[in-house]
Amino acid sequence: MSEPPLLEFANLCVSYGGRRIVDEVSFTLARGETAALVGASGSGKSQTALAALRLLPPQVRTSGRVAFEGEDLLSLPERRLNAIRGRRVAMIFQEPMSALDPLFTVGSQIAAVLRLQAGFSRGQALTRAAELLDLVGIDAPKERLSAFPHQLSGGQRQRVSIAMAIACEPDALIADEPTTALDVTVAARILDLLGELRARLGLAMIFISHDLQLVRRLASRVYVMDAGRIVEAGATEAVFCNPQHSATQGLIVAAPSPRARRPDPAPEILRAENLSVAYRRRGGWFAGRSEVKVLDAVTLSLKRGRTLGVVGESGAGKSTLGRAILRLVPASGAICFEGRDIGGLDETGMRPLRRAMQMVFQDPYGALSPRMRIGDIVSEGLLIHEPALSRRARDGRAAQALEEVSIDPARRDRRPREFSGGQRQRIAIARAMILRPRLVVLDEPTSALDRATQMDILRLLRDLQEAHGLAYVLISHDLKTIEAMADDIAVMKNGCIVEQGPAAQILGSPRDPYTRSLMQAAFDTHGGRQDFSSRRC
Amino acid sequence: MSRFILLSPARAALWRRIPASAMLLVLIALACIFGPLFTSHPFDRVYPDYVLAPPSLEPSPNASEARDAVEELAARLGAKIVSMDSTGDSVAAKFSSDRTIDAAALAALPRSDRIGPPRINSSGDGGQNVGLNIPLLRTVFPFGADANGRDLLTRTLIAGRVSLAVGLLASLVALVIGVLYGAIAGYAGGAVDALMMRIVEIIYALPFIFFVIVLVMVFGRHFVLIFIAIGAVEWLDMARIARGQTLALKEKDYVAAARALGASPAAIIRRHILPNASGPIIAYLTLLLPRVILLESFISFLGLGVQEPLASWGVLIADGARNIQGALHLLFFPALFLGATLGALQSFGQYLQAIFADAHVGLESEPR
Repeated sequence: MSEPPLLEFANLCVSYGGRRIVDEVSFTLARGETAALVGASGSGKSQTALAALRLLPPQVRTSGRVAFEGEDLLSLPERRLNAIRGRRVAMIFQEPMSALDPLFTVGSQIAAVLRLQAGFSRGQALTRAAELLDLVGIDAPKERLSAFPHQLSGGQRQRVSIAMAIACEPDALIADEPTTALDVTVAARILDLLGELRARLGLAMIFISHDLQLVRRLASRVYVMDAGRIVEAGATEAVFCNPQHSATQGLIVAAPSPRARRPDPAPEILRAENLSVAYRRRGGWFAGRSEVKVLDAVTLSLKRGRTLGVVGESGAGKSTLGRAILRLVPASGAICFEGRDIGGLDETGMRPLRRAMQMVFQDPYGALSPRMRIGDIVSEGLLIHEPALSRRARDGRAAQALEEVSIDPARRDRRPREFSGGQRQRIAIARAMILRPRLVVLDEPTSALDRATQMDILRLLRDLQEAHGLAYVLISHDLKTIEAMADDIAVMKNGCIVEQGPAAQILGSPRDPYTRSLMQAAFDTHGGRQDFSSRRC
Repeated sequence: MSRFILLSPARAALWRRIPASAMLLVLIALACIFGPLFTSHPFDRVYPDYVLAPPSLEPSPNASEARDAVEELAARLGAKIVSMDSTGDSVAAKFSSDRTIDAAALAALPRSDRIGPPRINSSGDGGQNVGLNIPLLRTVFPFGADANGRDLLTRTLIAGRVSLAVGLLASLVALVIGVLYGAIAGYAGGAVDALMMRIVEIIYALPFIFFVIVLVMVFGRHFVLIFIAIGAVEWLDMARIARGQTLALKEKDYVAAARALGASPAAIIRRHILPNASGPIIAYLTLLLPRVILLESFISFLGLGVQEPLASWGVLIADGARNIQGALHLLFFPALFLGATLGALQSFGQYLQAIFADAHVGLESEPR
């Protein structure tokens, strides 16, 4: 402990206009140590990291001190700062697509870093770039050098940006939610990679995440942030086992207990057989027809009042399945809703049925029209299906629907931007529920939300299901969400269902290797499924 | 907290910028609408004595011009001026002649824009020596007068009415047709979209001036033709913009949600797509206005547009360009008005664009 800290934050404040985003943040990072900054979105954790490297927009005011080996990064002249930034302290960002320039090959982007920061020659830089790609676990690194970012998968892109970050062998690495945009199985592998690199290169690391359980494997110390302040700090296990602050407790709320198995006799509400969706690849008028199958002969069935969980990685065709069931995308195959084949109905024929089948979308920011009042958003379905209703009556029903999802009905003349993500998702749910549907497709309803908010939404969805006897098709990449909600589970990969059955059976004894890898990724990174409760201490 | 984001420094600067451009626009529009009521010259009144008069705030005629006018009167009567004494609004003069100076001839002869009919104060020698009181017609030409001796201020304001009306109406025509066409094409997609946009491209390919000439040939010159010609061309761009917006917006989840609710395509376009596309469309509209005004000026400059004695800024500028060597003010004042209007519109359009860009980016950040 006699060694001076590598990176020292002292009373760092960041303010936009008059509002403080980061408030008196102080902590130190020793050489080779991994610390985690954890907090809900908007708690100021990313701003802290960006402020340290002076990457914030110019109108932002920062004060305090961020010392790297005793030099204050906040007051260094630009030239000195650039010698440290990227070379000694590197950063990885959340979104692997936007962190890479789409117009250049990954090889030239890594080489550019090496030539600029470490003075490599062109040939040397390319050789080193291939070594780095190998180091971050990209197979056939030499060939990948000439690949463009869009030719790589999300996980590979994140590996490339890690390779760029460690290109100059930095002493410290700041990882800003490096796995949030990735699928669970990929995220697990990226976390493994980071752990391995840390051991191999002796990196000190600041790991920023909203997920306390995620950082548990990696970090030795945890700093929990809330509203710009560090509210709790300590060794990871200590914080994890004995959370003091309410913000910390909010971050490690347990998932609702798995759904109890319910007796079977319930009538079937939905049945899909050989459901297929194919997109024609664009190739101009004279190009031959070529089709991409997004959904390939999917067969499933759902009983009244039950939940079917559809799980799989992004690109597996889950969302397409959800939209195909509601006939929002053209699909072939049979869809029986309440015993009636709706596969052949046109838009007019579907309209009366639409009120019985509704959908809730993933992105609460994109699912509400920004120029409409939330009262109008919620009551739009009434306008279509009960046109005889007077304006006042519609308004009253909208207020009721909002109340049911715990949104203050007095705020129904506000616009969506005045609501937080969780509130918006509640509004979207109210819009679906106002028509009293019997089937609701939930397309990743919680994945854009904070952990604590996720649990609230799941609880709300369960309450609504119980109250109105709704059948859910719940689409998620998060097995925990599925576990909390589903009676039956269908596992999807590449447009096909690879395994399907009652939830307990799938989660208890998965047969398909793909399901097993999903299970491992989901529950291992989160501290293990079986010992989850016991390790809470 | 979103209130807070609204008042970021960049945004506050924007708020301070509207008044300048918007107020200038309002000022020009008000001046054009009500100004001609106060200028004391009809826009088509010709003052032969003031052809190409320079701009001045001094009332005309001045002392020497008044003398010239009186001398001219005397010459026409064949009389000599015995004495002349100018007093503010009138000239007291004594004429003597070999013949009798007839009162009726005196009243009929002046035909001048500078002096009114003289009154005979005293008469001697059987009407050969008369004392006259000649009233001066005091007028002001702040912008000077044009080559026909018409007041340029009045004409500039009247021309402004025409230019602004053409700009507004043609832009509205373009807005309505273009937005509907583009939104329908974009929302329908597929073959319908392809067909509709090919039609747009075919109309694009028509040379504009050729089109205007054909219209004029077939229907003769008419004010309304300008609207038709400009509207028929300018909606194409608007259609493309509306289509692009629609293509982007129809992928949004809220459109999918509306479809899941069973909303008809018309309702989706009306309730979801148009309100959300309004930002770029309104911004483009403010940029379209100056283009339309310029186009009208161009057509009028070529002589295919508004006809004399009515004028538009383009006509006046064409006039000014012809007289650029002798009377620069003929070019300067209409060009100043046109330039100020175009500049203000441009700046206002950019302001709106920035506002809407902000509304799309800034307001998406999560309120806490």
